[in-house]
Amino acid sequence: MTEIIADQTTPILQGPTDKEKKYDRQLRLWASNGQRALEDSHVLLVNTGSGSVGIETLKNLVLPGIGKFTIADTNIVAEEDLGVNFFIDEEGLGKSRAEVCMKLLQELNPDVKGDWFPKQKTDSMTNLFQSEEMFTLIICALPIEAETLKLVKVYCHKFQVPLVSIHSAGFYSYFRIHLHGNFPIVDTHPDSTATTDLRLLTPWPELSGFAASLTESIENLDAHQHGHIPYLVLLLHYLKEWKQCHGEYPSTYNDKKAFRDTVTAGARTVTPEGGEENFDEAVAAVLKTVSPTTLSSAVKEVFDYEPTEVELKSDFWIIVDAVKKFYAKHGELPLPGSVPDMKAQSSVYVELQTIYKSKAKQDATEILETVRGQEGGNNIDAAEVDTFCKNAAFIKLIHGAGGSSKCIRSIAEEQFQADRDAEVMMTPLSLFPIYLALASTSYVASATSSEILATIEETVPGASSQERVVQVVEEVARARGGELHNISALTGGMASQEIIKIITKQYIPMDNTCVFDGIKSSTQIFRI
Amino acid sequence: MSQLVMVENINLGGVGGRPKSRWTYLDNIRRSAGPFCDPDAEFGDESIAMFDSFKVLVIGAGGLGCEILKNLALSGFKNIHVIDMDTIDVSNLNRQFLFRASDVGKGKAEVAAKFVMNRVQGVKITPHNCKIQDKDDDFYMQFTLIVCGLDSIEARRWINSTLVDLVDPENPESLKPLIDGGTEGFKGQSRVVLPTMTSCLECQLDMHAPRAAVPLCTLATIPRQPEHCIEWAHIIAWEKEHPFPKLDNDDPEHIKWLTEKALARAKEFNISGVTYSLTQGVVKNIIPAIASTNAVIAASCCNEAFKIATSTNPALGMEENYMMYSGNDSIYTYTFKHEKKDDCPVCGNVARTLPVDPNLTLQEFIETLAARPEAQLKKPSIRTEEKSLYFQSPASLELKTRRNLKLKMGKLVENGEEIGITDPSLGQVSFRFKLKFSKVFVKVAMVEEKTKGEEAK
Ligand SMILES: [Zn+2]
Repeated sequence: MTEIIADQTTPILQGPTDKEKKYDRQLRLWASNGQRALEDSHVLLVNTGSGSVGIETLKNLVLPGIGKFTIADTNIVAEEDLGVNFFIDEEGLGKSRAEVCMKLLQELNPDVKGDWFPKQKTDSMTNLFQSEEMFTLIICALPIEAETLKLVKVYCHKFQVPLVSIHSAGFYSYFRIHLHGNFPIVDTHPDSTATTDLRLLTPWPELSGFAASLTESIENLDAHQHGHIPYLVLLLHYLKEWKQCHGEYPSTYNDKKAFRDTVTAGARTVTPEGGEENFDEAVAAVLKTVSPTTLSSAVKEVFDYEPTEVELKSDFWIIVDAVKKFYAKHGELPLPGSVPDMKAQSSVYVELQTIYKSKAKQDATEILETVRGQEGGNNIDAAEVDTFCKNAAFIKLIHGAGGSSKCIRSIAEEQFQADRDAEVMMTPLSLFPIYLALASTSYVASATSSEILATIEETVPGASSQERVVQVVEEVARARGGELHNISALTGGMASQEIIKIITKQYIPMDNTCVFDGIKSSTQIFRI
Repeated sequence: MSQLVMVENINLGGVGGRPKSRWTYLDNIRRSAGPFCDPDAEFGDESIAMFDSFKVLVIGAGGLGCEILKNLALSGFKNIHVIDMDTIDVSNLNRQFLFRASDVGKGKAEVAAKFVMNRVQGVKITPHNCKIQDKDDDFYMQFTLIVCGLDSIEARRWINSTLVDLVDPENPESLKPLIDGGTEGFKGQSRVVLPTMTSCLECQLDMHAPRAAVPLCTLATIPRQPEHCIEWAHIIAWEKEHPFPKLDNDDPEHIKWLTEKALARAKEFNISGVTYSLTQGVVKNIIPAIASTNAVIAASCCNEAFKIATSTNPALGMEENYMMYSGNDSIYTYTFKHEKKDDCPVCGNVARTLPVDPNLTLQEFIETLAARPEAQLKKPSIRTEEKSLYFQSPASLELKTRRNLKLKMGKLVENGEEIGITDPSLGQVSFRFKLKFSKVFVKVAMVEEKTKGEEAK
């Protein structure tokens, strides 16, 4: 939490601005840089069908304050819209649905601009994509006319604009994210419990020196001093003893358990509390912190990836290259530099913090030097390198569609097999049939179950004989292409969350298709 | 573009032709059985008329509540009550979409009810601007089901125990399904409780552990984090100096005073990171909240409410009853059955075992009760079968039992003894705990001698 601070420019004591007050609860999640990215964005919704899921998605983007949104929708408000779409009122009957929704959405946040399309009957969708204004991201509600979808896809491909397509019908829905090219994220916001990196097995001289000075005559310390040795110093002390005795650090699980017993034995038990809190903390931390730091598979993937010529010029890949060199040289990533809270005297704790921070600074400086030596590296901000170093263990690369994604048929085979084993394995049934059924109605909503089955059979031969597929298809046909508001609100919630992640480049976006089953209340992610 | 989604009016699967209406999409589902429906469920005018007569209570008109009201209205519920004692604050506007800047200061329940009634014709929403504890059993008895979107654990526990108490085995109407949603940042959960039949919110209490409180001695003598300095300003400096008659968390002057105090303390100990925003966050215990997570969780709750009320598909409840949602790293949901606990203080019948260090004083034991995930009791009164250990009220009893606070637990109770705990904020329920000593009870005199011996070495 302490990382998230209001703008550096506002003096610490000054109260929040009006905008900071309004957005307080979200600034605590994506900070002012995330907010700025939202405010610079322009999101287009191409709306069709019963029309609620896209509007619900936009609602959750207008509230946190995207810069602008445009709704393109050729429908006229009809009676049944009033039963499913909250951003339509009685007065809107007979008017352009795009216009009515835009006005009622815009009302939610005066900071957000809204626009709608088409304003004239003669305007065709082609005009929309010829306007000078660029869209940051496009949301496309399904079912849609094939021609319109094609226009959207051409635009997205040409300008490398992310596309989110959403389909909600009855109790089911899915949404899919199409990113163009690779999408690297530095600010992934890992859980704070995951980020502890204390380097207990590879302490640098300043750290081991400091630890040794605190534990030199550990037996003779008075009760207060003994009970306030920070747990990481305790661990360093006992690790040194262990290594002297065994020749190496504890590595196996059994070693670590034995090591833990050694630490436990070091605590003084005859105290008013019947033990020592700092030793309790040390014992609890053994299994998690006494292990060599290894690269996560996500980081390995980034290191192994060979960027294209164009990508190589981006800040991200220039810094990655420098970090890779650092790793090759030191066998470790740059130190993030934070120290978790632990029982300790204030001054001792602050000193420890300083030791970690200056090592982190030293690592970042080394990487910055490498960056500066690379082509294009001179323009990279030192702060950007700092942020990268802090998050180095958690960087993530999301691949655009294509590449390693699997074809529908092979996913289907895999999922059907999993379903055959589901009862024995006690796993829930696959939601892939839901995707197959909804995707078969991407262009025509109210198909009969036999029509849907026939379409599925074309993509995945044999699927239409599976009982589960037949049932799911019947459930889809039951809705006749109509949305249930709850399912659309839920799907719009998830889709908007992913859009926020993509626009702010924070947290980790879903990759790439999320299916929701409103009967079982569960989701499943597929990479299609 | 032509209308793509259409219901073919001519061929309505046996129901016969029907003009397009407001509830066309809902009726596609409400009027026909699906492959996963209970075979005994009925879908027709009669079942819809019954559904129309249901009365639903929404507790909370905040981030989740606004969504819940919208969703229920568009799920066809006709008669909704909403209860919330809060007024609208400017920091609500980033997600509580039924409120505008001009509504700041007005009652949430009333503004929300009016807005939804105005937008969705035909729904009646009755607002109650009060605490849930102000309402009696008769009030709760009138509802078919209850949907809860609260940010307070205490209020949740109160309504949960009230609804469990309300169940009369002779009267099936007295069992009110409780659907509860909660969010924090990108995470949340929705759950369905069938009081007395399935795991209740109290059974699940340890799933929502409170944030560990910082020990007072850390604040007073060895602060290490900016939060410690803020808590010091909040708890110790404010008590000592009383710069204003009463601390108001929403008054910028008060927060500014605390920030200044915290900054001075942080400087003294070389700690960095105290800011106005952090101070406000710590003092108000602010939990990040966004529209998207609220949308997901509220809609999940309302989807279950709709399924329970219409039997249009099986709902969470008897089997799976809990959906966990997490959206910070991709999207992850886990839907499972949380088992009812025999030793649940609210719906179980066995005393729960509570490990306790006998070397703690009663005062320290009481402090740990607030932090323990399975207890979370802030103002407990405690008694054994024989004697009162400590009572918060009435004053005479408090005075009488106060001296026990300094005594060690090992002196006051036996290992294995049962104690009863009540907490006024949680209603009538009495928590039964069987104490189990987790350490050897060390007589104080001995400890002092031994410690001296150690130092002499
Ligand atoms: Zn229970």
